Amino acid sequence: MTAQPTDIATYNFAYLDEQTKRMIRRAILKGIAIPGYQVPFASREMPMPYGWGTGGVQVTASIIGPDDVLKVIDQGADDTTNAVSIRAFFKKVANVAVTTETAKATIIQTRHRIPEHPLTAGQVLVYQVPIPEPLRFLEPRETETRKMHALEEYGLMHVKLYEDIARHGRIATTYAYPVKVEGRYVMDPSPTPKFDNPKMHRSPALQLFGAGREKRIYALPPFTDVVSLDFEDHPFEVQTFDQPCALCAAENVYLDEVILDDHGGYMFVCSDTDHCEKRREQGHRGHLAPESPLEKTEPAQ
Amino acid sequence: MDIATQAIEGGFADPVFDAQTVFRAVMDAMARPGTLQPLPVFARPPAPLSATAGAIALALCDNDTPLWLDLVLQPPAAIKSWLGFHTGAPLANTPADAHFALIATPAEMMALDGFSQGTQDYPDRSTTLILQVSDLVSGAPLLLEGPGIETTATIAPAQMPRHFVEQWKQNNQRFPRGVDIILATPEGVACLPRTTRIKTMEA
Repeated sequence: MTAQPTDIATYNFAYLDEQTKRMIRRAILKGIAIPGYQVPFASREMPMPYGWGTGGVQVTASIIGPDDVLKVIDQGADDTTNAVSIRAFFKKVANVAVTTETAKATIIQTRHRIPEHPLTAGQVLVYQVPIPEPLRFLEPRETETRKMHALEEYGLMHVKLYEDIARHGRIATTYAYPVKVEGRYVMDPSPTPKFDNPKMHRSPALQLFGAGREKRIYALPPFTDVVSLDFEDHPFEVQTFDQPCALCAAENVYLDEVILDDHGGYMFVCSDTDHCEKRREQGHRGHLAPESPLEKTEPAQ
Repeated sequence: MDIATQAIEGGFADPVFDAQTVFRAVMDAMARPGTLQPLPVFARPPAPLSATAGAIALALCDNDTPLWLDLVLQPPAAIKSWLGFHTGAPLANTPADAHFALIATPAEMMALDGFSQGTQDYPDRSTTLILQVSDLVSGAPLLLEGPGIETTATIAPAQMPRHFVEQWKQNNQRFPRGVDIILATPEGVACLPRTTRIKTMEA
C-alpha cells in the first residue's frame, strides 16, 4: 500500500462507511430530481443524539471531499456549542478545512438560518431538519400525509393558516413557514425564521435538507421556485425590526434579542455572527459597539 | 486477458475519494441540468461499457440496486463479472425492476416508460438511466429549462433515443413520477432530471 497524503484512515473518511454514503448519495440525487419531495433513507446512528443535527451531518459526510471548506452555523452563529462540535467533528474525521466566512465555504451546514451574505453557485447549504413533514402537526399519520402529498391535497395547510388569521388577525406562523416548491410539493423549510424564506427562492446555491431521526432527505436545486403560502388579502410578509443591530448598525438583517442585565436591559444584534463581524471590521458601528476596535480573535476551531 | 482478470482489474484506484469525486460531479450535474461536469478517467471497464458510465456505476451501485443492462451490454460476460465484482449489484430481471440502467446504445434503447417510474406515493422508486453518448454537441440541440437552470441551457447530445423530445414530454407529464437521465460522455457527465423541460427549437 502506498502512503496516503493524509494521516487519517480513508476507509471511513468522513465517519460513514462507503455503503451508507452510496445509499445517502442516491437519496440526494432523487431529492434533487424531485424538488421538495421527502426521500426516505436509512438514517444511521451518529455519535451525537438525535436533535443535534444527525441528518445534516449524514448529508454533509456523504458529499464532503478533501478539497471542501466547511462552515457550520447554529442560529446564524459560528461559535455556539452545536456549530463548534460539528465543525470539530469534520475536522477530525475528514481532515477538511473549516471557516467561519460564508463567502469562503463550499459547504455550509446550518441549523435554522440562511447566512445574510448572498450564496453563490457552487456552494451547498445543508440544513439540519427536526420534523421534515410540514403536515405532521395537522395530520399525525404518515400513511395519510403521504397520500396528501401524492394527491397534492394541501387544503389542510391553508385551513391552518386561515385559522391563524381568524384567531390573531394575521398569519402567526413565524418559523418553519410552509413553502410550495415549483408549484407542486409543500415543503417545510426547517425551523428557519420566515425572514429567510425569500432567500430560498431561486437561490444560486444547492440546498439539501437532512432529517436524521425522521429519516428523510429533500432538496432544492439552484434557481427553483420557492413560494411561501399565503392569501391574496393576507400576503406573506417577513419580520421587520424597528432598530438596527446594536453592534454593527446593520438594517434589513435578522436580529436576536440579547438580555444585558437584571434590570430589563436588552439589545438587538445580528443573528449572523460572521456578517456582524465583517461589518464591524469595515468600520460600521452600532450604538452599543465597544470603544476599542475589534480585536482579531482566533476563529473558532 | 481472460475474463477473471478483466473482472478484477479496472476498478477505482482510490475507492473512497474516486467515488466521492464521481458523486459530486453527478450531484452538480443533476442540480444544474444541461451543464457538463468534467470527470477524469477513474475506471477501466471492459468494452463496450465506457469509462465514465463504469465509474458512475462504481460510485452509486451496490447490492441494494438492481442493474439493467441494454442489449449491447448484456452479452459480454466480462461486463457482468466486472460490475458484479466491483459493485455487487444484482442484475434486474426486467427494466421495471431496475434502480439503475446502463445503456450503451441510447439510439436503439427501449421506450422510457418501460423502466420503473416510481409511484405517486414514492416517486423516488424509479429507474435512473445512465446513457453513454459520445458528446453533447453533435446531436439535435435541446433547449432546456426548469429547476437548476437560471434561464435556459442548451445541449446537443449525440445518439439520443428515438423520438426523445416527445418521450421526454410524456416523462414530464408523469411528474412526480418519471425517470432521470445521466448522460455519460468521455469528458464527463450531464444530467436530465425529470423536472427539466425541453423546449422545441425552431429551425
